[in-house]
Amino acid sequence: MSLDWTIYLSFIGSGLILCQPREQRDRIRWIALAFGVAGLAIALGAWWSYNAAVPELTKQVASASDPIRAAFRVVCDAPWIPSLKINYFLAYDGINLPLVVLNGFICVTGILFSWNVEHRTKEFFAFFLALIGGVYGVFLSMDLFLLFVFYELAIIPKYFLIAIWGGTRKEYGAMKLVLYSFVGSAAALVGILALYVKAGGPSGVAGFNLLALKDVAFTPEFQYWCFPLVFLGFAVLAGMWPFHTWVPTGHVAAPTAASMLLAGVVMKLGAYGCLRAGIMLMPSGAKAWAGVIAVIAVINIIYGAMVALVQRDFKFVIGYSSVSHMGFVLLGLVTLTTIGLNGAVLQMFSHGIIAGLLFAVVGRMVYDRTHTRVLAELQSMRLYEIMPFAAITFVLAGAASMGVPGFSGFVAELQVLLGAWQQYPWLAVAAGFGILVTFAYTLLTILRAFFGERRTANEQHLRAMPPISAPEKIGAIILISVTIIVGVCPNCLLNMINLSVQPLVSLLAK
Amino acid sequence: MNPSYIQLLLELLPQIALVVTAFALLAVDFALLRQRDPTPRFRTLGRITVFGLAVAGAMLFFQLGQVQAGGAFVGPLRTVVLDPLTVFFQIVIVVVTIITVFISMAYPFTTHVSEYYAVLIFGALGMNFLIASEELIAIFVSLELLSVCLYILTAFHKGMLRSAEGGLKYFVFGALSSAFMLFGLAWTYGLTGDTTLAGIGQAATELAKHGLHGNGAMLGVALLFTLVGFGFKIAAAPFHQWAPDAYEGSPTPATAFIATGSKIASFFILVKVLFIGFAGAHGSAAWGGFNSGWIAVAATLAAITLVVGNTAAIVQRNVKRLLAYSAIAHAGYILTGLVAANALGAASVFFYIIVYAFTNLGAFGVVAAISARVGGDDFKDFTGIYKRAPGLTFLMLLFILSLAGVPPLGGFFGKFYLFTAALSADPHNLGLFWLVALGIAMSAVSLYYYLVLLKTMYVSDPVAETSAATDRIAAPPFLNFALLFSLAVVLWTGIAPQQLLGWIERFL
Repeated sequence: MSLDWTIYLSFIGSGLILCQPREQRDRIRWIALAFGVAGLAIALGAWWSYNAAVPELTKQVASASDPIRAAFRVVCDAPWIPSLKINYFLAYDGINLPLVVLNGFICVTGILFSWNVEHRTKEFFAFFLALIGGVYGVFLSMDLFLLFVFYELAIIPKYFLIAIWGGTRKEYGAMKLVLYSFVGSAAALVGILALYVKAGGPSGVAGFNLLALKDVAFTPEFQYWCFPLVFLGFAVLAGMWPFHTWVPTGHVAAPTAASMLLAGVVMKLGAYGCLRAGIMLMPSGAKAWAGVIAVIAVINIIYGAMVALVQRDFKFVIGYSSVSHMGFVLLGLVTLTTIGLNGAVLQMFSHGIIAGLLFAVVGRMVYDRTHTRVLAELQSMRLYEIMPFAAITFVLAGAASMGVPGFSGFVAELQVLLGAWQQYPWLAVAAGFGILVTFAYTLLTILRAFFGERRTANEQHLRAMPPISAPEKIGAIILISVTIIVGVCPNCLLNMINLSVQPLVSLLAK
Repeated sequence: MNPSYIQLLLELLPQIALVVTAFALLAVDFALLRQRDPTPRFRTLGRITVFGLAVAGAMLFFQLGQVQAGGAFVGPLRTVVLDPLTVFFQIVIVVVTIITVFISMAYPFTTHVSEYYAVLIFGALGMNFLIASEELIAIFVSLELLSVCLYILTAFHKGMLRSAEGGLKYFVFGALSSAFMLFGLAWTYGLTGDTTLAGIGQAATELAKHGLHGNGAMLGVALLFTLVGFGFKIAAAPFHQWAPDAYEGSPTPATAFIATGSKIASFFILVKVLFIGFAGAHGSAAWGGFNSGWIAVAATLAAITLVVGNTAAIVQRNVKRLLAYSAIAHAGYILTGLVAANALGAASVFFYIIVYAFTNLGAFGVVAAISARVGGDDFKDFTGIYKRAPGLTFLMLLFILSLAGVPPLGGFFGKFYLFTAALSADPHNLGLFWLVALGIAMSAVSLYYYLVLLKTMYVSDPVAETSAATDRIAAPPFLNFALLFSLAVVLWTGIAPQQLLGWIERFL
C-alpha cells in the first residue's frame, strides 16, 4: 500500500472505534493497535524502498533541472478544489519520510502505553488515531492548503485528549495549548494566504503547490515581513521561546500517550512547517532573520535546560527538556547549511523517539504506580529496587537525551553544533554550555527519581505496586532499539535526509 | 417588454404553493384538530407543512432546470428575476424551512400550532421574494414581510417573559432600521430616478464619477442609510443589540430560522444591492487608501462586527446567547468576503451563507432537542450532557467546530474562501490585508468560547443538582434526519467544496 494509506487507515480506525460498543474495551484497544501497526508497517516499507533507492536518486538529483523535486516520490496528486488551484498532493522525500516513520513509532508505542486507559476508552482511542491521522497528513502534504488543513485537524483532538484524560490542571493546560497552537496557526495562515495571493492566487499557476511556490520569486521586501509571520506561526508549536510556555503546562496536564505525541511528533509539526513553508519558500527572508532566530534558539537551549534543572516535578523536567532540545532543531534550521539542516531533521526524529520514551517512563511506569511526580517523594522510594525495568529504561533514555555517543541524540546534536559553528561560533559555544546543563539535570533527575535513599515508612505500599506490564515493556524496547539503531547506524536516515537537504541548501545559496 | 401576468403567475407557482399550504394548515387546524394535544398537532401539522414545502421545492427544482436551459425569467420592472442563482437560493431557503419545521416538531411549545407554521411559511415566502427581486419597492416589501414574520416568531413563546422582551426589542430595532433603510432608498430613488437596481447602478456610476462630492455626496448619504438598515438586518455591530435578546427569547426553532433563513436572504440581497445598485460608488478600504464608498463602510462595519461579536461572546453563559454573538461575529466574516467586491467575493459570500445556515440549523436543532428535555439552555443545564445524550453531543461537537472553522468541516473552507477572496481583490498591494489579518486573529479568539461550550457539554461531569436525571436523551427520528442532513451538508462542503463552489460559479 502506498504511503497515503497511513492517513486513511488512521481515520478509518478512528471511525471504526467510534462504532464499537463502549464496554468492549479490549476489542477497542486491539483495533487501535492493529491500525497503528499497519500505519507503521506502511511507513517502514516506504522507508526501506526509499533508502534502497538513495544512490540512484542521488544521481537523478545531481542531473535534474529541479533537484528538490527530483528527490520526491509522489504518492498522489489530484485536483481537489480546482477553482482555487488546490490539489490533493501527497509526496515524500528524505525530509518528511523519517518524520512519517517517527509518527508510526510514536503511534504504536503510544497505544501500548495507554493500554490501561479505562475511562471513556472508546473516545480516547478515537481521538488518538484522529490526531495521528492528522499528523501523517501534515508530514505528507506538499500542497500548502492541504498541509494547513491537516495541521488544524490535529489541533482539536489534542484538546479533548488532555481535557478529558489529563491530570494536573488539565482544562487549563489543554486550553492553553490549543489556543497557542491556534493563534500560531492563524499567524501562519495570514502569511500563507499572502504567499498564495502574491503568487497569483486563484488565477495563478502555482496555487498552493509547495514545489511550484518555491520557484516563485517573491520580492525581498515581501519576504522580509512575510517570513517571520509564517516562521513564528509554526514555531509556536515547535516550542520557540518566548512562546514555549504551553509546552510544560500542556505536557504535564496531558495523559501519557498525549504527552508522548505532543513531545514526539506535534512539536515536530511546527519545526517541519518552519522548514517547508518558511525557509524553503522564502529563502531571502530566512537569511535576513536567521541571526535573530539563532539567538532565540540558543535561548531555548540554555533557558529550557536551566529551568529543567530547578524543577521539583518529574514531568516538568521532561517538559522543559523538550523546550531545550527543540532549540537544537531551530538552531539547526537557521544555520541554513547542509550539515546544520541534516542535524535539525535528524534531531526532530531523535528527540521524538527519546521524548516519547521519557514521558512513557514518567507518566505510565512511574506516575500510574506511585501517583506522585514530586522528585523529593520519589527519592524516598528508591524505585530502582521496585521497578528496575523502568529505571534502566530511564537511564538509557536519559543517556540518549544527554547526547551520549551510541544514541541518536549524539549524532543529531553534534551536526547541529557543527553547522552552528560554521555560521555563529559564539552561539555554538553557548549551545555547548546548554549541553553541559543537560548533563546536569538529567543525571540529577535519574539519581533522584530512581536511586534515592529509602526513607518511606510504607513499605507495603511500595511492594504492592503492579509490575511493569508486557505492553509497557514492548513499547519501551521498541523505542530504545530505534534510538540505538539510529545512533549506531545514523546513515539509515542521514543518507536520505542529506539527499533532500542538499538541493534545498543550494536553493538557499542562490 | 413586460411578460403577461399569466406567465408571471405560472413562474410564481412555487410561491403560490407556499401560500396555499399556509392557508390549508390554518383550515385543517381550526376545523379538525383544535381540541387535541399540542404535541401530536405539532407533528401532524408539521407533516403537512413539510409536504407543502417539499412540493414547492420540487417545483423550484423543475424551474431551475427551465431557467438554466431557457434563460432567466424577468418579471415586470424586474420585481421578480428568476435566474439560476436566485432559484437555487430559493431552493436553499425551502430546505432550510423544512429543517426548521423538523426542529419545531420536536419542540412543541405552543397551542397555536397552525398559526406558528403559517407564520414560518410566510417568512419563507418573504425570503424567496427578497432573493428574487431587483427593484427597490419589491425589496422593501419582501423585507418587511420577512421581518414582521420574524417579530411574531420571536414573541411566540407566549408564556415566557424573555420571549416577549426579545420580540419587542427585535420589533423596535427592526422598525427603526426599516425606517433608516426606507429613508436611504428614498434618497437613492430621488437621486437616480429609478427603482430597478440596474438603472440605479448606471445613474449612480454617473453621479459618483468624480467621487462622492457634490451630488455624489448625497449618494453617500443614501448609501449610508441603506447600509445602516441592512446592518440591523444582518446584525452587524454596532446595530446588533437586538440579536442576543431575540435569539435567547425566541422559541429555539424560531431562533434557528432567524439565524439561518433570514441571514441567507438578507446577505443575498445585500450583495445584489451593493454590487449592482451601488456599483459605481464602491470606494476603497485599502490600508492607507481609504476612499468613501460602500467598500469603506462595509469594511469598517466588518472590522467592528468581528471584534464586538467575538469578544462579547467570551463572557456568555447561555448557549443561545453564545450562538447569537457567534452569529454577529460571522456577519463580520461574511462582510469581509463582501468587501472584495468582485465575482470571487460574491461567490465566497454565497458559499459561506449556505454552509453557515446548515451549521447553525444543526447546532440549534441539538439545542432544541436537549433543552426540551432539560428545561433550559444555560451552560449549567448543558453541563456534562454527554452522559445523557452522547449522540447529540457528538453532533454538536461537529457543528460547533465547523463554526469555529476547523477542518474538514464546511466552516473551515468557507472562512478560508472569504479571506482568500478579500485578499486577492488587490493582489499587488494586498490592500485588505489588515481586515483579513483581523478576521483570522478573531477566529482564533472564537475558538476559545466555542471550546468552553464544548468543554461544558463534552468534558465536564454533570453538576450535582441536575445529575438526578440520568435517562437518555435521543432525538425523534425526523429530527435525527434533519440533523444528519445538516451534518451531511457541513461535511460535504468541507471535504468536497468544489461541487457547491462549481454550482455557484456557474450560476453567478
